[in-house]
Amino acid sequence: MTVMDVEPLLRRLTGDEKHAPSAFSTLDVLWVLYDRVLRVDPRRLDDPDRDRFLLSKGHGPAAYYAVLAAKGFLPPDWLDDLGGADSPLGHHPDRLRVPGVEISSGSLGHGLGLGVGTALGLRAQGRLEPRVYVLLGDAELDEGSNHEAIAYAGATGLDTITAVVIDNRSASHGWPGGIASRFAVHGWTAVTVDGRDHDAVEAGLRQAADGAPHVVVAVVETKEI
Amino acid sequence: MRQTFIDTATALIDADPRTALVLADISAAAFEPAALKHPDRVLNVGIREQLMIGVAGGLALTGLRPIAHSYATFLVDRAYEQIKLDLAHQGVGAILVSVGASYDGSSAGYTHMSPMDVQLIDTLPGWTVHVPGHPGEVAPLLTAATAHDDPVYLRLSTQTNDIAYADAALLRPVRHGSKALVVAVGPMLAPVLAATRGLDVTVAYTHTPRPFDTTGLRELATSGNVAVIEPYLAGTSAHVISEALVDRPHRLLSLGVSRRDLHAYGTPADHAHRHGLDPATLHTSLTTWLR
Repeated sequence: MTVMDVEPLLRRLTGDEKHAPSAFSTLDVLWVLYDRVLRVDPRRLDDPDRDRFLLSKGHGPAAYYAVLAAKGFLPPDWLDDLGGADSPLGHHPDRLRVPGVEISSGSLGHGLGLGVGTALGLRAQGRLEPRVYVLLGDAELDEGSNHEAIAYAGATGLDTITAVVIDNRSASHGWPGGIASRFAVHGWTAVTVDGRDHDAVEAGLRQAADGAPHVVVAVVETKEI
Repeated sequence: MRQTFIDTATALIDADPRTALVLADISAAAFEPAALKHPDRVLNVGIREQLMIGVAGGLALTGLRPIAHSYATFLVDRAYEQIKLDLAHQGVGAILVSVGASYDGSSAGYTHMSPMDVQLIDTLPGWTVHVPGHPGEVAPLLTAATAHDDPVYLRLSTQTNDIAYADAALLRPVRHGSKALVVAVGPMLAPVLAATRGLDVTVAYTHTPRPFDTTGLRELATSGNVAVIEPYLAGTSAHVISEALVDRPHRLLSLGVSRRDLHAYGTPADHAHRHGLDPATLHTSLTTWLR
């Protein structure tokens, strides 16, 4: 199975024949995470030692749902009723409705704080294997709550968390000096990669090191407004 | 109350590996001994209240029982959306413990006051709200809250009653009369007892306004006259009382802190007076209403 196999699943969600998978900024990064990196298993959703993937950027979750369906977390039939009154799949994901979804998100700037707490909670229970991945968008970084989490995780060397920032340059005022520098100045290890290059994304994710939180800035096409 | 909280929480963290504490600098020095012993479960995130609640939510997602603590205005008012989304909407709970109730911090000004905290928490489903009126009530309430995973708000104050009541989760009558039921919440009991001296009313006390003891209310409100005196925004419990008595003719007097920003300093007693919550003004309000 390759990321191209997700395309028909995406079409079921959007009913849109025109858009190529590249219309979804998060698709390739999500695919690499679920196909190559995350230690998660739809048959063991409550395994306390599973990796945690937190989608902080909760809007536009079509690619997320499609990847979850491709990987067996949810029945593909669900994809035909996105946003319906009785559908578990809405335009922002709900952890109480969708198997494998770790956090309910939508309002921006909540995932990184929850991720830091999750990493701390696992550590406090001696669970040192699981890693916590939080996916954000570059515009989402406008929310100050992220910067509380970035500063604290860096200062305390919380090395079981990885942030992935999808950078499609949609932040209204941009990030002069680059996004990676925002994390690096607080002591994170940071790498910027081509968000469409699966090998580069995987390599970036695997560069996490002991003693510091890690960020992968995945650059994709500029969002057309 | 704050010291009792610090002592009790320190002991709970020692005794129960599920308990964790999240701080945003407030009271961090007092919890230093606990932090040295349990660095993984006593977490000071710095002056970052949004993160404090986010971290509490994350800890709860991994099965721990987080306690988050700060001044009410920073803990609840400032981080309201985190309370709504990082706890309630995720389907997890936490114990939020505040100090600086209403005008306890009067000398610091309005920036350090939160008379609206309970009303804000009351917008969310399923919360238990404890408003102890005496330091002796704090430890049992906190200890009980660590035994489950539901959301609990524990509101500590420097205003206190003379006596601690162990059985005040429900309405506990402390004076009997016939003309009205006067409910005093938390530290309002002392001024209410002084204000109702010589009045033919029942005074009932509770330190737990949520869930409100509506069964006890219906039993005690036989006169149809109910006054509720709360140490936070006036009328916070009015909707609960109304609903509980919807099938009966009744009159409700809701007293508490007004919405006005006084733009004033002074002592908590000064503010109690200006909000009409001192014994003399309460007495006038009650007798006028009963006339």
